[in-house]
Amino acid sequence: MFYILCPYCKEHREEEEFHPRGQAHLMRPEDPDNTTDEEWGDYLFFRDNPRGIHHEMWVHSVGCRKFFNITRNTVTYEILETYPMGEQPTITADDPSVRHEQGAQVADGGWQTVGARPENTALNEETSS
Amino acid sequence: MTQTNRLSAGGRIDRSHGLEFTFNGQRYQGFAGDTLASALLANGVDIINRSFKYSRARGIVAAGAEEPNAVVQLGAREETQVPNVRATQQGLYDGLVARSTNGWPNVQRDVMSWVGKLGGNFMPPGFYYKTFMSPASMWMTYEKYIRMGAGLGRAPTVADPDIYDHMHHHCDVMVIGAGAAGLAAALSAARSGARVILCDEQEEMGGSLLDSRDTLDGVSAVRWIEQTLNELASMETVTLLPRTTANGYHDHNFVTLHERRTEHLADTASDAGFPDMPRARLHRVRATRVVLATGTHERPLVYANNDLPGNMVAGAVSTYIRRYGVIPGNSLVLTTSNDHAYRAALDWQEAGRKVVAIVDARANPDGDLVRQACDSGIRVITGSAVIEAKGTQRVSGARVSAVDLDHFVITGRIEDLECDTIASSGGYSPVVHLSSHTGTRPQWDENLLGFVPGEVKGMLMAGGVAGHYGLDNTLSDGARAGRQAAIDSGFDEAGELNLPTVKARRDGPACAIYQVPHEKKGLRVPKQFVDMQNDVTASAIELATREGFESIEHVKRYTALGFGTDQGKLGNINGMAIAARCLGRSIPEVGTTVFRPNYTPITFGAIVGRHCDELFDPKRYTALHQWHVEYGAEFEDVGQWKRPWYFPRNANGKKESMHDAVARECLAVRQGVGILDASTLGKIDIQGPDAREFLGRVYTNKWAKLAPGRVRYGLMCKDDGMLMDDGTTSCLGDNHFLMTTTTGGAASVLEWLEVWHQTEWPELQVYFNSVTDHWATMTVTGPEARKLMSEVTDIDLDREQFKFMDWKEGNVAGVPARVFRISFTGELAYEINVQANYAMQVWKTLFEHGEKYDLTPYGTETMHVLRAEKGLIIVGQDTDGSVTPEDLGMHWAIGYDKPFHWIGKRALSRPDTMRGDRKQLVGLKPKDANVVLEEGAQIVLDPNQAIPMSMVGHVTSSYYSPVLESGFALAVLKEGRERMGQTVYLPMSDGKTHEAEVVSTVFIDPKGERQNV
Ligand SMILES: [Zn+2]
Repeated sequence: MFYILCPYCKEHREEEEFHPRGQAHLMRPEDPDNTTDEEWGDYLFFRDNPRGIHHEMWVHSVGCRKFFNITRNTVTYEILETYPMGEQPTITADDPSVRHEQGAQVADGGWQTVGARPENTALNEETSS
Repeated sequence: MTQTNRLSAGGRIDRSHGLEFTFNGQRYQGFAGDTLASALLANGVDIINRSFKYSRARGIVAAGAEEPNAVVQLGAREETQVPNVRATQQGLYDGLVARSTNGWPNVQRDVMSWVGKLGGNFMPPGFYYKTFMSPASMWMTYEKYIRMGAGLGRAPTVADPDIYDHMHHHCDVMVIGAGAAGLAAALSAARSGARVILCDEQEEMGGSLLDSRDTLDGVSAVRWIEQTLNELASMETVTLLPRTTANGYHDHNFVTLHERRTEHLADTASDAGFPDMPRARLHRVRATRVVLATGTHERPLVYANNDLPGNMVAGAVSTYIRRYGVIPGNSLVLTTSNDHAYRAALDWQEAGRKVVAIVDARANPDGDLVRQACDSGIRVITGSAVIEAKGTQRVSGARVSAVDLDHFVITGRIEDLECDTIASSGGYSPVVHLSSHTGTRPQWDENLLGFVPGEVKGMLMAGGVAGHYGLDNTLSDGARAGRQAAIDSGFDEAGELNLPTVKARRDGPACAIYQVPHEKKGLRVPKQFVDMQNDVTASAIELATREGFESIEHVKRYTALGFGTDQGKLGNINGMAIAARCLGRSIPEVGTTVFRPNYTPITFGAIVGRHCDELFDPKRYTALHQWHVEYGAEFEDVGQWKRPWYFPRNANGKKESMHDAVARECLAVRQGVGILDASTLGKIDIQGPDAREFLGRVYTNKWAKLAPGRVRYGLMCKDDGMLMDDGTTSCLGDNHFLMTTTTGGAASVLEWLEVWHQTEWPELQVYFNSVTDHWATMTVTGPEARKLMSEVTDIDLDREQFKFMDWKEGNVAGVPARVFRISFTGELAYEINVQANYAMQVWKTLFEHGEKYDLTPYGTETMHVLRAEKGLIIVGQDTDGSVTPEDLGMHWAIGYDKPFHWIGKRALSRPDTMRGDRKQLVGLKPKDANVVLEEGAQIVLDPNQAIPMSMVGHVTSSYYSPVLESGFALAVLKEGRERMGQTVYLPMSDGKTHEAEVVSTVFIDPKGERQNV
């Protein structure tokens, strides 16, 4: 359960107050008439699913009702920053200072096994989630 | 029954306070301070359960949360049944009633035992996969008997009489585990001023100190615990939570604690004399730092028949003797890989019973405890191990042999020792479970021969869990961790703790032994159990590796190792070690398990807390609800709203049927006047200079010219072109609009507007506010509506002055109102909006005046019939997120030439949305007027085709119309508008096939004249 700093309320609040709204920084094509069907399809339906740094849009739905963005590590679940709409992240996957931490994603199912050493990740790659 | 295994002195029980309890129908006695397990052992009860798969007799193995066998069903009455209770964790109380979970009809003579006697072939590893792959239909049959035979506990069939609470905390330092390390950590952190919560899962705080042989500062360990707890209890910033299990360690240092308040006192809180007390609490703690001081679990050795009652882990033997004054047998053989386990033999001998031998796998054990054992005259057999337990219902002897662990063989002669108890110790596994919950990987420590927790942000570890063994090390590590946690939380002044002086004990190095070799090989070895709860044997793991399961994850799923409520507490490391040996790899190469919450089972009561009934799912009532109740309405749930469904009348003491009531209500609206409470419609107040521009972007149709006083129906699409909501929006002023949404869409539409405004068009000046609850809405509709309205309002109702799709402000029943001429029935209609607080008076006034017009209240069912007769859709019923406005035939409501590229427009020209064979909304008229088609029924063109038939559409709405005197339906049908007049077929599951004609969606008044009268 996340502990999220709302960049508008400027307070850490429990995840229950928020809603995730998917990938952040999705640009609606400026000129839809001159957008190909494929480009429009990409905008509508295709989303990133990175292992590691991800930028997500959330809304403080039972708080200030403001939308904002989160930079989150999808492996460790660490929230690295939150920032208002219209701003750019200060931490990105390209940033060499970001440590790509190894670890297991917490998922449903009751049991999951992972390799204890990175060289065994191929053998022990999660098959369930 | 007498307590044959109760020592005359010693332990932390109160011998002056006897308790009676029942196990499997037999009455026994115990003492205050006992657990159910210690009391059963005191009474010499060997068999607690039958095993899950092989139906073998099983007894108590451990003394804490790691107990795999003694899992019982608790409760004297149906409403107090609790499954999955570990007898080792259940405090004894007077009148406690417990039963075996496994073993039907009884544990002594089990009807399922034949299963175990078929050489184990009935349920080999992969049993479920292999046996039930086919025939699949037999699974139901198998499952019934397997579950009845094996028994997995059962939930009560009646409501729980107790109450449960949730509590929310923030703290600086959350210390989990109140053994030596946890107590030192809590004290160290608390003295710095930090807010500290200390929890411990046992009946008493103190952990292994409670059965320690050590002294601290010259006082007994127990005395030191008391002093420490007294000091902690005296501090306002400290919360002590005994009988509280940290069950889950979640993201961002969020810990869930399960506190048992009265479960050690009686079946229910009332029975315990505390009727207002919650039986359990779930604490939700957000901590700046978490100190994990969860200690270790001792690993049993995996030798043949190691599951017979009388086999125990060594530390548990010490715990029962020293803490409960119970000695679980007469003659002991200890088999060990380490010094610490020697305590069991010393405690046993001091209790006055016979230690047959200590069998040590090491060639030259040499530590303080080893010397003490030799000095006490105990026979120590070195370089050897117990390779097999003998006995049928209980251990009767141990077969001992020298072992060569490098080559995994026994060497030399096998010696048979007579004994009734075998204690074993293969070393200690740090309790890494909670750290694993966060997703971190445990790290193998070759010196410790165990996994320690991986790094978790915000977590510190202390004592045994971190691999610090020995009381002196544990205390100093705990103090260090507590101090560091306080400093990390901003308590810079955290001082050093004056640690008590402890006589350091010298322990020799342990050796690595998990599975013990046997003179036989492979499947011929009598069963060597790794996971007793799931009946996983060493040979099953060997078999899995032979069958090609190389990943430990697959081995685990194939064998069920570490499944279920046990979560591999005793067996996992042994299982990894065996797999590693079979695969010729090291344990860290094989990998380890990531454990899952919950650490031990938790009752649903604690999970639910007070979130029952309306506190779980709130009910919403309109301002007129009381009137509906008094008028005898039947209600329908629409989202969280309670809406009148229909209003049955009572005639001659007989309640009108729904069919009759709805027919009467429909005819009243079509012929006279009816009234609907439409207050649940979503209402959003939209203001700002760019409000009109905004509407033009989110609706498919045009809003630029809608004048104040006018109303327009609008369609809202997602950007994929699919309809998401519809409703009317009224222009209240140039910069002010009132949008209505479907009842269910109110919240999501508001968020939809916000997301587009905040993320795409923040430059637009527009503001949204939900006013759903502020206004009550009453729809007065029917040919007589104008006459009725004219009696209660000062608004000019002249048909030229107040036209269809106009709205006007005025007074209705003496109350300021907005009246809208919109119609969802096809009849003349006035939607009256008044402040919700005034609604009841207005409603009643309408009925006073309406009596002479036979004003008829109608509910949602009639509303549905009336709107469907007019072909008016309900979003979510006639649409499902895959329907465009064009599919609905609503071309007239799409402004393709609007200047701004509104939401959904671009997608309407994608090839998929322009396909010619899309499903389109049509009307269906059954050939047999008495048939009301089933909603969801599939449409086919040729009823005689082979199954599976090509389905070309389905029924979305279907009712009986009293006006048409026939059933009728709306449906989506491929190329539907081109099929007008054709016959389609609806094959039903009972073998009947209905015929229907494709017709217009408008069944009544196709020119729409009635709403304009
Ligand atoms: Zn906020």
